[in-house]
Amino acid sequence: MPDLEVTELCFQDRGPYSFQVKGGECMGLEGASGAGKSRLLRAVADLDPRTGHLVLGGVDADTVSAPQWRRMIGLLPAESGWWLDLVGDHFHDFATLDPEMLADLGFEPSVQDWQVSRLSTGERQRMAILRLLVNRPSCLLLDEPTASLDPRAVEKVEELLCAYGDENQAPIIWISHDSEQLNRVSRRRLRMEKGGHLLVPEGDDNGR
Amino acid sequence: MGVKPLSPLDLSLAASLLVVLGALSWRMQLGLAKNMTIAAIRTTVQLLLIGHILRLLFSNVHIVYMVLISLVMLTTAGREVVARQHRPLKGIQGWLIGSGAMFFSTFTLTLLALTVIINHQPWYTPQYAIPLLGMMLGSAMSGVALSMDRMTETVWQQQRVIEQRLLLGHSATEAIGEIRRQAIRAGMMPIINSMSTAGLVSLPGMMTGQILGGSSPMDAVHYQIMIMFLLCAATGFGSIIAVYGIERRMFDRRQRLRLDVLRLPKLTHRRST
Repeated sequence: MPDLEVTELCFQDRGPYSFQVKGGECMGLEGASGAGKSRLLRAVADLDPRTGHLVLGGVDADTVSAPQWRRMIGLLPAESGWWLDLVGDHFHDFATLDPEMLADLGFEPSVQDWQVSRLSTGERQRMAILRLLVNRPSCLLLDEPTASLDPRAVEKVEELLCAYGDENQAPIIWISHDSEQLNRVSRRRLRMEKGGHLLVPEGDDNGR
Repeated sequence: MGVKPLSPLDLSLAASLLVVLGALSWRMQLGLAKNMTIAAIRTTVQLLLIGHILRLLFSNVHIVYMVLISLVMLTTAGREVVARQHRPLKGIQGWLIGSGAMFFSTFTLTLLALTVIINHQPWYTPQYAIPLLGMMLGSAMSGVALSMDRMTETVWQQQRVIEQRLLLGHSATEAIGEIRRQAIRAGMMPIINSMSTAGLVSLPGMMTGQILGGSSPMDAVHYQIMIMFLLCAATGFGSIIAVYGIERRMFDRRQRLRLDVLRLPKLTHRRST
């Protein structure tokens, strides 16, 4: 099982954090804005300087190259970045995309030739999710993945992400301010308090 | 055949033009009078000073003096490169990268030009070496400063895009590639432009000086063509070295973007009271 094990993770003035997310499990992460939830995910993706051990499916982050680790980890940032003009150019090979998945997210294959600047915030977010998933990450760190979506799209995206986690036995950490959403997608929750104290749920043998 | 020497009276005549312009600027409230006065005084003092130094150097030709003066020129150029940046690297890093880039590009090319192309004996004859190095440093300095400034500024602005690419598993080199190319291009644009308009719009200063000094126009032109190529090469190599130097500093061992290596910009606009 590709579990995500975080041990004694420290970054900036935060930590140490230790917790575990089992393969196929979705763990909610809630807490006030500015508490440091996004920074926690960034540290797990090794995007900020950190100490401590990160292990995913038995692979220690320090034993693989940083780009390789980030491909495995699959962090979806709250705001996606786009650096080329056309949507399709941001994909390794747009033609190999599953049209069904594209349709699930409300796109037609012609989206390939759309200008990124003409996408709405919601369309951009859905496209970013697709772009992340075609990378086939073995874990998902989701930073408010549905914050900019309309209710119908929220439902679709929840379905898609949870299905991905199930099929690939991928551990998921899901940040949301919507408590009901976390009830729908996750069984256990991490709670980050102001100041950075992390409450790890019961039943976590590695918790503190 | 030499140049007609200018008397102090001649120089005062030229200076009186600035006085008129200063008065006009004061009337129009351009606020330029003070800056212009300081700049005019600096130009006079600095040029008189270098004139005396050159006179000394020309009458005492020795390689040690040449090394000393080139190091002074390089240090000053390095400081200027840092001063022209909005968000330079913290500490001595920015100075080291800028000076290092200029050192490698200008010193090697100047040496090459002096020993292989011009081949005057001895190769460090100050009449050749100092103007050549000065022009190379001047051009490389502009290019290196522009490139470094563009690089750090764009990286700062494009943080989200760069980190997005890192998150998708791109290497640091890939994630910053386009920004690096833009920065190098920005540094090289001025010299490329001046190569393409040389002779049509402006007569390059060195060539003008040589013609005023009595050289035949064709001799002057041949020198100018060589100089243009050398300047372009020095600027290009300098910009490339500097930009790669910055790139190495901007990412750490785990290919994380480290904006904390940049200094915060100085306040350019003080609040008026």
